[in-house]
Amino acid sequence: MTPELKGFVLLSLIKIVVVFSVMMVGVMMVIWMERRVSAWKQDRLGPNRVGPQGLLQSVADGIKNFAKEDVIPEQANKLLFVVAPALSFIPAMLTFAVIPVAAPLPVDFDFTVPILGQFVHSGPMPMMIADLPIGMLFIVAVGSLSVYGIVLAGWSSANKYSLLGGLRASAQMVSYEVALGFSFVGVLMLAGNVTLPEIVAHQQDSVWFVFALTLGFILFFVSNLAETNRLPFDLPETESELVTGFHTEYSSMKFAMFFMAEYTHIITGSALVATLFLGGWDIPFTSWDSGDPTVLKSLLTLAFFAMKTLFFIYVFIWIRWTLPRFRFDQLMQLGWKFMLPVLLAYILILGATVLVLDSIGWSSGLPYGAALFVMNAVLVYIVFFILDNNRLLLGRTHRKVGT
Amino acid sequence: MAITVVTVRRPEDDVSYLRATLKGMALTFGHLFRKKVTMQYPEQKSDDTWEISTRWRGTHRMLTDEQGRAKCVACGLCPQVCPANCIKLVPGEDEEGNRYPLIYEIDEFRCVFCGYCQEVCPEEAIHVGVHYENAEYERERFVYDLERLCAQTHPVSTLWDPSDPKGE
Repeated sequence: MTPELKGFVLLSLIKIVVVFSVMMVGVMMVIWMERRVSAWKQDRLGPNRVGPQGLLQSVADGIKNFAKEDVIPEQANKLLFVVAPALSFIPAMLTFAVIPVAAPLPVDFDFTVPILGQFVHSGPMPMMIADLPIGMLFIVAVGSLSVYGIVLAGWSSANKYSLLGGLRASAQMVSYEVALGFSFVGVLMLAGNVTLPEIVAHQQDSVWFVFALTLGFILFFVSNLAETNRLPFDLPETESELVTGFHTEYSSMKFAMFFMAEYTHIITGSALVATLFLGGWDIPFTSWDSGDPTVLKSLLTLAFFAMKTLFFIYVFIWIRWTLPRFRFDQLMQLGWKFMLPVLLAYILILGATVLVLDSIGWSSGLPYGAALFVMNAVLVYIVFFILDNNRLLLGRTHRKVGT
Repeated sequence: MAITVVTVRRPEDDVSYLRATLKGMALTFGHLFRKKVTMQYPEQKSDDTWEISTRWRGTHRMLTDEQGRAKCVACGLCPQVCPANCIKLVPGEDEEGNRYPLIYEIDEFRCVFCGYCQEVCPEEAIHVGVHYENAEYERERFVYDLERLCAQTHPVSTLWDPSDPKGE
């Protein structure tokens, strides 16, 4: 191995360890946040006993879960039953590998360790684990894997409720995978690249995609909700019908693993929305952050990225504690009959707009963004207000009956 | 027989899923900043919106006279009226002919806290109390003897007064 390669491997290992630990602590904090916020929304206080403001509640719960008896049903497929929680957890973690969390950090070192030899690294280090050239495609590929964990958990439990939960999960996630895939086609179209650093850079040059692709942003967020199995799309769990769906038979730390997977999904989902549509680590109203990399720049952009992610995590929680659950046919109708046609039309309109803007010589900058924003505002109005009055969103409950 | 279809024409605001969603989101957001109703029990036992009623019927208390003796004259009315049969009374008599309880025990596990004993007592000796923290480490400790009943200091229940049903 050359010294440069060794330096790269060393840095990658450090990044993996750091990201993993931050994610684990983050998951605990998000669980605490969800419990506190949900309590506040119901005029309660929520857990505030363990540690300052109850911050260590998740630690206590973790210890409790480790101490609990681990029950495996006799009829269960033992191997898959044990593997399933990990299978649902790993894809959620993997996605984070390609998300840039801050501006590149300048790292220069050149040292020699007795047995291992020389380690060299110079120049800016991208603040992500893997700067993959396939970026978004990797996220879609890995994201679809997370359905396996849930389906296998449901199937291997040998329980009818679990099986139904698993089936629902697969149907739902496969359907919304389509909507999710189409809803960021707009991002790829504008950025002209699939790597996330390029997408972020393009947003710094023109406008955040939340303005240039408002409709795409809304639909992406909705399908993201469905992908993470959060309310109002948490049909795999539905206590009222399926006990708790796919994890009915799970206990102890395996059960906690599903929870960790869900909250990891929330964090990565929020980070993804922030990267694709809110400019990632971009600090608004300044181009200072995209200049030469310094340590201060990295830290500040990291803080901004964390704030954006935290905002979307909050929105996830906010939606969960407001909206009731969809019926399953409503869910499928929303996915296939509303989101898919709207997205296809959107891609067509967006492509035409970009073509027109290109032909008059606008390809970035403020007027370009403003034109796209106006186009999006009109589309959002059409989709959510004109169509909503005819209750397209509600499906077939509304029929005009002649009096 | 023809089936009648009733079409309910609801106002647009109620029908629109989008508007309902936005309304709901605004409502839950508003609740973030409302005053919380949780009372943090061990530290906080009452607040300005809630405190324990004076009509609360909790564990018993025997009132005493100036010499510190129980007011009870061992008439036997309370074990008679007790629907749960939880009062054990053995009457005694001193040389002056005054009756007093030799043994007076209340099994708080059997008690249904109806308050009949307080209502029936001619001497206003036995009372149910405004008190609810009765945890013990042993089951036997829930049989309160006369000494323990006299030693209680919590306020006694006012019970329900039929002429003043709302407690004014």
